[in-house]
Amino acid sequence: LCVRKVGRTMSERYSFSLTTFSPSGKLVQIEYALQAVSAGAPSVGIKAKNGIVIAAEKKQKSVLYDEGSIHKIEVVNDRIGMAYSGMGPDFRLLLSKAREIAQHYYLKFRQSIPVSQLVHEVAMVVQEYTQSGGVRPFGVSLLLAGFDDDVPYLYQCDPSGAYFAWRATAMGKNYINGKTFLEKRYNNDLELEDAVHIAILTLKEGFDGQMTEDNIEIGIANKQGFQRLSPSEIKDYLATIL
Amino acid sequence: MSILEYNGVGMVAMVGKECVAIAADRRLGIQAQTISTDFQKIFRMNDKLYVGLPGLATDVLSVSAQLRYHLNLFQLKENRDMKPKAFMNMVCIELYKNRFGPYFVEPVVAGLDPKTNEPFIAGMDLIGCPMEADDFIVGGTCTEQLYGMCESLWKPDMEPDDLFETISQALLNAVDRDALSGWGCVVHVIEKDKVTTRTLKARMD
Repeated sequence: LCVRKVGRTMSERYSFSLTTFSPSGKLVQIEYALQAVSAGAPSVGIKAKNGIVIAAEKKQKSVLYDEGSIHKIEVVNDRIGMAYSGMGPDFRLLLSKAREIAQHYYLKFRQSIPVSQLVHEVAMVVQEYTQSGGVRPFGVSLLLAGFDDDVPYLYQCDPSGAYFAWRATAMGKNYINGKTFLEKRYNNDLELEDAVHIAILTLKEGFDGQMTEDNIEIGIANKQGFQRLSPSEIKDYLATIL
Repeated sequence: MSILEYNGVGMVAMVGKECVAIAADRRLGIQAQTISTDFQKIFRMNDKLYVGLPGLATDVLSVSAQLRYHLNLFQLKENRDMKPKAFMNMVCIELYKNRFGPYFVEPVVAGLDPKTNEPFIAGMDLIGCPMEADDFIVGGTCTEQLYGMCESLWKPDMEPDDLFETISQALLNAVDRDALSGWGCVVHVIEKDKVTTRTLKARMD
């Protein structure tokens, strides 16, 4: 397994883990990583009867940013999508690893990897970075959406490597309010369309300013596969809400 | 003499109506000398998936153990049975890993999809080139004879009893025309709720 390091000589000096236990039994680095996640842009995931929606805020600090060039929601393969809250560069690495894991599985079995298997493998990688020499934990929490055969699953993976299956969840800034909002709005009979509306409304709760198709991203997983919505599709959804 | 013909084997798999059958002879020989008449060549992977391994006997033992290892780990990890198609692909990958020092077996996979019970049979060569078929797959030292027998006897949508008769006759008569295979046959008929294994009395020569 290849562990990326900033400079080879520095990590040679740190062959011990930088994530160490505190006297109270906590791994403080992981707590801090979770802080980094809570400081990140909000993201939301909702599982409906017939699919899953994941959405994220993509507000940029300046109007000079070219928003179309970076994405907060990415495809892992044509059936699984991934979103995050936290540090973008850390997300890039995990996305890359997740894609490799999915392709490796396909090479071996010629079947699309079930999302529960993918999240397990990704979580193993995340955990490695809490118990290896010279590295820090990842500063992202991931949302993975996809199907296992015919059953939809929404998984969240934390910097510790712990993962959970959710019916609905919110991460990043304002996540407590987001989860409270979802608890009120969620029911087990939601259709995918309803879930998209609720996801947008959840993001809107903590949104500063005007929500447009350029400053949020939405991805949908259904039985046919996963895809990220185009700005014009997002615009249509926003028009029915705002 | 090819190393694949050192021990001798006749093997065939057939598709029926919502069932599959896989059969093999029981001889283990060292060239002309018969050593054993109860050598197992077909291995149960799970209730609905069997794999037959014609070829060099030592590799039959090694590969069957290795496949069991991979399959068991998969079932523990994913908490479900492996689909026959996925299993076939996994075997192909494992064989190709030894592309330049291969295992001398040419596996035959036979099974039903764990959910839909759709029949599936496939064969492959020793370096993992797969071949799926919707009628029959043959393997071993008497493939020419088996192809002839299967081509004439097989018809689509046979019920399990009919499939048993057909596959048995195909195998018995093919191995009788091959010096290196025979000495009894084992036939497994795999249906969605049971597997019937029968041992056939054959010409013991």
